[in-house]
Amino acid sequence: MDTLMAPDGAAPPEGGDAAYPGILYPGPAPAELAEDPAYFHDLHLDDVVRAVTSGRDRYRLEPFLRARCPDTACIAYRQAVFRDLEDEPTAAAVRAFASGMEEVRRCLERLCKIHYVHEGGWWFLQAGLAYCNAVTGLRDGLGARPLRSMALLGLRQVLDDYTASASFRDLDRDAAAVANGLAAIRYRLRIAGPRVAVGRVAPDAPDYGAEVLATFERFRQGDGREYRFKFSERPELNHVEAAVADRVALLFPAEFAALAAFSERHAAFTDSHVERFDREVQFYLGFMGHMLLARRAGGGFCYPDVADGGGEASVEGAFDLALAARLATGGRLVVVNDVELRPPERILVVTGPNQGGKTTLARTVGQLFHLAALGVPVPGRRARFPLVDGIYTLFEREETVEDLVSKLEDDLRRVRDILARITDRSLVVMNETFSSTTVADQSFINRRVLEAVAEAGAWCVTVTFLDELASLTPATVSMVSTVDPDEPARRTFRIVRRHADGRAYALAIAEKHRLTYPQVVARARR
Amino acid sequence: MKVRLLHPESDLDLAAPLPPASDDLVKDLGLDHVFAAMGGGDRFLLEVSRRVVLARVDDPAVIRWRQDALDDCARLPGMARDLYSVALGAIERQRKVWGWSSTFAESVVRRAVETLELLIVSMRQIREVARANAGQVQSEAFRRLFAQIEAELDDAFLAEVEGHIKRLGGRDEVNVTASLGAATRSTGFVLTRRTRPRAWRERLGLPEQDVYVYEIAPRDEAGSHALGELRDRGLALAADAIARSSDHVVSFFTQVRDELAFYLGCLNLAAAVAGTGAPLVRPQALEPGSDVLEADGLYDLALRLVSQGDVVGNDLACQGVRLLVVTGANRGGKSTFLRSVGTAQVLMQAGMPVAARRFRADVRPGVLTHFRREEDATLDHGKLDEELGRMSILVDRVAPAALVLMNESFASTNEREGSEIGRGVIEGLLDAGAAVALVTHLYDLANGLAAAGRSDAWFLRAERLADGRRSFRVVDGEPLPTSHGQDLYASVFGPVAEA
Repeated sequence: MDTLMAPDGAAPPEGGDAAYPGILYPGPAPAELAEDPAYFHDLHLDDVVRAVTSGRDRYRLEPFLRARCPDTACIAYRQAVFRDLEDEPTAAAVRAFASGMEEVRRCLERLCKIHYVHEGGWWFLQAGLAYCNAVTGLRDGLGARPLRSMALLGLRQVLDDYTASASFRDLDRDAAAVANGLAAIRYRLRIAGPRVAVGRVAPDAPDYGAEVLATFERFRQGDGREYRFKFSERPELNHVEAAVADRVALLFPAEFAALAAFSERHAAFTDSHVERFDREVQFYLGFMGHMLLARRAGGGFCYPDVADGGGEASVEGAFDLALAARLATGGRLVVVNDVELRPPERILVVTGPNQGGKTTLARTVGQLFHLAALGVPVPGRRARFPLVDGIYTLFEREETVEDLVSKLEDDLRRVRDILARITDRSLVVMNETFSSTTVADQSFINRRVLEAVAEAGAWCVTVTFLDELASLTPATVSMVSTVDPDEPARRTFRIVRRHADGRAYALAIAEKHRLTYPQVVARARR
Repeated sequence: MKVRLLHPESDLDLAAPLPPASDDLVKDLGLDHVFAAMGGGDRFLLEVSRRVVLARVDDPAVIRWRQDALDDCARLPGMARDLYSVALGAIERQRKVWGWSSTFAESVVRRAVETLELLIVSMRQIREVARANAGQVQSEAFRRLFAQIEAELDDAFLAEVEGHIKRLGGRDEVNVTASLGAATRSTGFVLTRRTRPRAWRERLGLPEQDVYVYEIAPRDEAGSHALGELRDRGLALAADAIARSSDHVVSFFTQVRDELAFYLGCLNLAAAVAGTGAPLVRPQALEPGSDVLEADGLYDLALRLVSQGDVVGNDLACQGVRLLVVTGANRGGKSTFLRSVGTAQVLMQAGMPVAARRFRADVRPGVLTHFRREEDATLDHGKLDEELGRMSILVDRVAPAALVLMNESFASTNEREGSEIGRGVIEGLLDAGAAVALVTHLYDLANGLAAAGRSDAWFLRAERLADGRRSFRVVDGEPLPTSHGQDLYASVFGPVAEA
C-alpha cells in the first residue's frame, strides 16, 4: 500500500478500531493474485480489468478484480456496499473523499520540488487542509445517509472516533487558522524598469480595468470573446516571485510565522484506516464507472442471487461487458440475450449462422460466472448463479499452427487437464474447439468431451457448428443465433427465433417510416 | 446601442443555425438565383441575404418593421450605402492593427489602445451620417438607431474615450493590487491608477515607509524574464477588459454592416428585377389562422431572373384553403406555379417584396418542400424507401400551420400504392394543422382527395388550350382521369424533366 507520509515508514494507526477489516472482506483478506487467471483473456475479462483500472494505477486494483470471493458471505458483504453506493449522496461523498486524498498526495509530492521556504510551507498547509476536508467531508457525508452495509457502518464508526481524537482536531483547527490569515492579505505591486515595489494597498484604489469597460459598454452587441493569457504552468516559484513573497512576509510577519509553525507541529498526519479505505473504495468506484459506460450502450445491471452450489444459472438481458464498453465509446447499442439453465440442465450448446453473436454469448455467460463471484453487479435484469470453484476456457487460438497434428494434440492435452480438474461446481467455456481436424473427428471428440463434462456435472457453454451436439444429453440446452429475415445482410446478434412478417411491402414500409395517417397526425401535431 | 434594423427586439445573428430543411428549400425553389441577384457580385451581401431569407420571421409586425426600413433604404439609397461604408471602414481599421493572436497581455493592451485611437474616427463619421439623415427617415428602425447614436456618441463621451487612450498609452509603470495564491505566488491582480501625486521620496528614488523594493541584477536574464511575466500576469485581467472594450466598439460596427447588408441585397434584387420589366410588390402578411392565399400576377422569381422569354403570372383567390392540388399536363407550368407560391411565401417572411402585382397571405411557421428527385424516378423499392425516408424527416420538422410543398411525391411506386400512402400522409398533415400544396400526376391520389369533399381543398389544373397547346397557366378545375396517360407513363418509367 502507498503511504502518504515520510519515507521512514507508515504512520502508526491512531484512534479507531484497529481490527476493522476494510470494505472488501468481512474477515482476513487472502493473498493478492499477481497474475490474471488463465481464463481472463478468452473471456475478455482482461479488457474489463483494463477499463476498470484505467486512470487508477496508483491503487493497484487488479488483484481485487482477479480473486473470486471465498464464500457467499463475502459476496453479500460487497453487494451491500454497492447498494449503499447507489445512493447518490453517499457515492458523491466517497468520490469527493477520493479526490481530496489525491489532492493531499499532489501537495505532498510538490514538497520534493520546491526551493523557497514559504513555498514549501504553503504546500504542506494545503496538504493538511485537503486531508482535513476529505476526512470530515466523508464523515459528514456518510453520517447523514441511511447506510445498510456492515462495511460502511464500520467505517462510519472508525471515522467518528478518529475525527473526535485530539490529534485530528488540532490539525484541523491550526490549518484553518493559518489559511485564513494568509487569505486576508492584500498588497500593492508597482513594477517599473528592473524594480518591483511591494507596499500596502491604498484604501481608495480604483479598479481601472472596470472603469474602461464601463465606458465602452454601450457598444456591446452580445457576449464577446474573452482574452485569456497563458502563463507558465510551472508550479514552482521563480526567484522574482519568491522575492515578492519574501517582501510580503516582511509586511505581514505574524501570518508567515504561523505558516512556518504549522509544518513543524503536524509533520505526519495521515491515519492507516483512512489510507486503506482510500485504496479499497476504488474497486467500487472503478467498477461503477464502468457500469456507467455500459449503460450508455443500453445495458442494465442487477445484483445476482449467488448460491453456494446452487442448481440454477440464469440471466435475463445479459450482455458482454467488454463489448458494451467498446460500443458505448462508438455511440452504439449492445444486444442483450436471455440464458436459462435449470436442473437438470447444465450445458448450453450455441449453434447457428456465423457472425450472429455466438462467441459473444459464450463470453457473456463466462463473464457472468466470474463477476457474480466478485460480488459486483452483473450485466442483466435478473440473475441467479452458483458460486463456482473454477473457470476453464478452451478457445480456438488465433495463431496459425502449421502442424495441425501437433495443434490437435495440444488442444487434447489442454482438455484432458481441464477434465481432470473439474467438479460439479466448475464452469467450462468452449469455442469451436478441435476445428483443426475433420468434421467426423470433431464430432467424435466434442461428443466425448461433453459426455465427460456431463458426467462430472460441471457447468458448460460451448459454441459449435455441429448441430448434433445440441441434443446430446438431458443436461443440454440448445440456442441458435439468428439474422433479420427482412434484411438477411444485417446481423442481429439476438439468440432468439423470429417469424417473417407477411404484410404488403409498401404499407409495411410506410409503417416503418411512421407515415400512416394516424402516425403522421400524431407526429405532426406535437 | 442596439442596431436592430431587422427586428425591433433582437440582433441579427449570422452564426445562428438555419432551419433544418433549408438546403432542400433552396434547391427546390431555385433560391440560389435570387440570392445571386441580391449579392450583385458581392459574396458577403449574398451570404447575409441567404441567411436572413432562410432564417424567416413569423411575426407580421416584424415583417412590417423590415418593409418600412426597406422603404427608407429605397428612398434614401445614399444613406444606406454611407452607413454601410462607415461600418466597413471601421472594421478595416481594426483589421490593420489586429494581427493580435498575441499571448502577451502587455501587447494586447497596446494594440487595443491603438485600435481605439482609430475607431474614434469611425465614431465621428457615423454620427455625421446619422445627423444628416435623421430628419428624413420615416421607419421606426432608422429613427431609433439615429436617436441612439446622437445620444450616446456625444462630445462628453468622445472626450472620455480620449482620456482613456492617453492614460493607457505608452507608460512603463504597472500599478496593481494582488493577493497570495498557490505557493505564495501573487495572484488576483487588479489594475489600478494613481489617485494622488507621487510622494517626494518616491520621486527622488528614496526608500519609502512600508515599501519593500526588489531590483533584479543587471545581467540577470532569467530575472528579467520573470519580471516581464509578473507584469503580464498583473495586466492580464485589465488587458481583457481593455481588449473587450475595443471589441465592443467593433462589434457595434459589425452589426451595422451585417444588418445593412441585407437591405443592400434587397436594393440589388429590386434593380435586377426592374431590368426585366417585371413587377415587385410589398406583400401583406396576415396573422396566422385565416388560411388566405391571394395573388395577382404571381410569377416564379428565380425563373424570371434566369430566363430570357416570357414568364407567365397566375391569379389566386383562396380563403380558408389549406389543401391546394394542381393536376394536369406535364410541362404545363405546374412546378413553376408551385415554386412561385413557395418563393413568395419565403420572401414575404424575410420582409422583402415578392414577385407579383399583389400578394396577401398568412405567415406560416416554415415552408417545407418534398420535391421529386431525379434519383426517385425509377420503380424500385429502394427508391420508395428513400423517398419515404425524406418524407418522414419532413414530418418530424413540420410545425402545425406550416406550408408543405409537394412536387410529384409518392411517384416512386405504382399509382395504387403511391396514392394510398400519399392520402394517409397528406390527410394526416392537414388534420395536424399544416397546409399542403401538391402537384401530382397521380389521378388516383388527386381524385381521392377531391372525392373526400373537404371544404378546405382547392383544385387547379395546368391549362390546356383548345388547340392542345399549353398556356403554362393554372386555372380552377378538378382532376381529369382521361388526360395525359402517355405523359404519366413516361414520367413514371422514364426520367422526369419538368420545367
